Amino acid sequence: MRMKLFLFVLLALFMTAVVVAQEDTEIDSVVTVSPPAPVANLVGVDTPNDNGHSISLSWELSPDDATLGGTVTKYVIMRSESADGPFIVRDTVAAGMTKKADNGVKEIEAEDYFARNTDFYYKLVALAGDLKSESEVFGPVRGVGQWFNTGKWSVVAAVGLFTLVTLFFIRRAKSGAKLYIRPLAGIDAVDEAIGRATEMGKPILYVLGLGTASDIATIASFTILSRVAKKVAEYQTSILVPCYDPIVMTIAQETVKTSYYDAGRPDAYNEDDVFFVTNQQFAYVGAVNGLMIREKPATNFYLGKFYAESLIMAETGSASGAIQIAGTDEVTQIPFFVVACDYTLIGEELYAASAYLGREPVLLGTLKGQDYGKAMVIASILIGIGAALVGWTGYVDLFYVGP
Amino acid sequence: MRKSTMIVTLVVVLLFIASWIFKTMTAPEVDSTFDALTQGFLVTFAAFLTLAIMSFLYQDNPFYKFAEHLYVGVSAAYAMTLGFWSTLVGNLFPRVSETLCGWFQVEFSGQHDWQFLIPPILGILLLMRLSPKGGWISRWALAFIVGTTAGLNLPRFLRSDFIEQISGTFLPLLVDWEGFGHFFSNLSLSASGQFVAILSNFVIVSGVICGLIYFFFSKEHKGAFGSASRYGIWILMITFGASFGYTVMGRISLLVGRLTFLMDDWLGIISG
Repeated sequence: MRMKLFLFVLLALFMTAVVVAQEDTEIDSVVTVSPPAPVANLVGVDTPNDNGHSISLSWELSPDDATLGGTVTKYVIMRSESADGPFIVRDTVAAGMTKKADNGVKEIEAEDYFARNTDFYYKLVALAGDLKSESEVFGPVRGVGQWFNTGKWSVVAAVGLFTLVTLFFIRRAKSGAKLYIRPLAGIDAVDEAIGRATEMGKPILYVLGLGTASDIATIASFTILSRVAKKVAEYQTSILVPCYDPIVMTIAQETVKTSYYDAGRPDAYNEDDVFFVTNQQFAYVGAVNGLMIREKPATNFYLGKFYAESLIMAETGSASGAIQIAGTDEVTQIPFFVVACDYTLIGEELYAASAYLGREPVLLGTLKGQDYGKAMVIASILIGIGAALVGWTGYVDLFYVGP
Repeated sequence: MRKSTMIVTLVVVLLFIASWIFKTMTAPEVDSTFDALTQGFLVTFAAFLTLAIMSFLYQDNPFYKFAEHLYVGVSAAYAMTLGFWSTLVGNLFPRVSETLCGWFQVEFSGQHDWQFLIPPILGILLLMRLSPKGGWISRWALAFIVGTTAGLNLPRFLRSDFIEQISGTFLPLLVDWEGFGHFFSNLSLSASGQFVAILSNFVIVSGVICGLIYFFFSKEHKGAFGSASRYGIWILMITFGASFGYTVMGRISLLVGRLTFLMDDWLGIISG
């Protein structure tokens, strides 16, 4: 009997121990499945120097962040137009990140539209597998557009400095000071090439390239076209200007027309000499090549913005026996012109060509201003290298341009 | 028309018809005779146009002229049609007129954005060129286009082509000296060994400065200045040479693409 009682007590103790142990295990597992701690101090501010379609958010990491040895692997940014919701998912960021801009677009019809001057509320959801915890709602905050981007002050300073130098040299040129500019073979050859076409009784082909009216190379080309057209009018030869872009064609027509008027030969101007071909790259090349073979121009000018068509045109022109002068600021196309043309204006030489041809005080002063601008660039680089050497980061920061 | 031209034209037409028949008969997986005829014609015509354009390498000829005029005409018409339907119908009308949206069966945006009327007004001003007396009005639109686009481009170019280029050249020309062994430890161009890094930085800095000196127009290139200028143009020419080779490789791939079409899709003598 005692033995039975002893075994019963022993069994009861064992069962009790098992139950207690199970309870401990349950308590342990409850601890494991508890949600992670949320992020703290979520703050949103209007993103500076933008058009107002963005809010910059920052927060303190959840104590359970994966980078701190916890279980939170990512955070979900949620936004609402009301503090009570409903909230929509705007973005997801990885663990360890403490800031992110909620950017959108300005187009109303776009899916990612971000209204400016509108109150928004944000919250961050910390995710640890299937578990999550939400931060406190922050808001209201609104995106406002700024008139000026203060991050680009260095651009303003560069424009101002360059303008002052240019104005100084324009004044000098206007006051009669002799400004020396070195000869450039490609530009000296322009008059010679026009004369050759006149002697041969053949037209001049002037190609403005594939650029639009907003490209600097195209704008530079207009000024050269003006000088070439004036010479053409004076020498009573003819010029052909096939155009790729309708707007460029319109400006080219105006340019040539004005040059003919300036040369006192308005009657000789033929509007059909400046014509639109097509704005499909290789169809345009095919047409210009055909023109070269059939009209056999004595001189070809390729001045402006060029892409893959440069070698095709220059090679055809070379085969047709024309004297060729090319110029572009497209670095990848300059080599093709160098190998296939008689003269090539490299990059800035194209911009300088109009000043060379005109010798007008304004253009000469601009050219001088550009040269002094380059001198300042060289000086800035040398100082910058010295600054990098001695760790003077303040100087390097002067050249930072914001987004 | 010369007799030789007529003979060549006749031969090409016969070859075209023969190719069309052959490609029609061998057209894979088509539902009807019409589909087979269409597919055979398209492949043959594409091959004909390819060869017609390539014939320019020999000399100008009627086939090239035909292909050229067809290409120019189709591309210009396509661009105009695309411009009308995507720019006017797709972008302008939904913002300015519910009635026009109804005519062209596109969805109205829901509100009138009158600022979008400025571009068509400028376009109409440009078209005033067609008027003998009002042609001068188009200059206003031209002035606006050139002025605004040049102004908008200025800060962009100053940033990317000027200021960021300057700061990108602030490169160290000295290293923390840790002995000859460490200095020459890694001579691979793709590695970041001290010697290669310094050499690379030196070439960049000297190339930029001497390249700028080459573009000095207001000083004669003589003496030390001339030597720096010559070094600058050498750097430029080496860059152009590398760019030339790289671009030619890309062009060869275009040629291979057309030859593959001729050999595979048309003649079927290689498998794609």
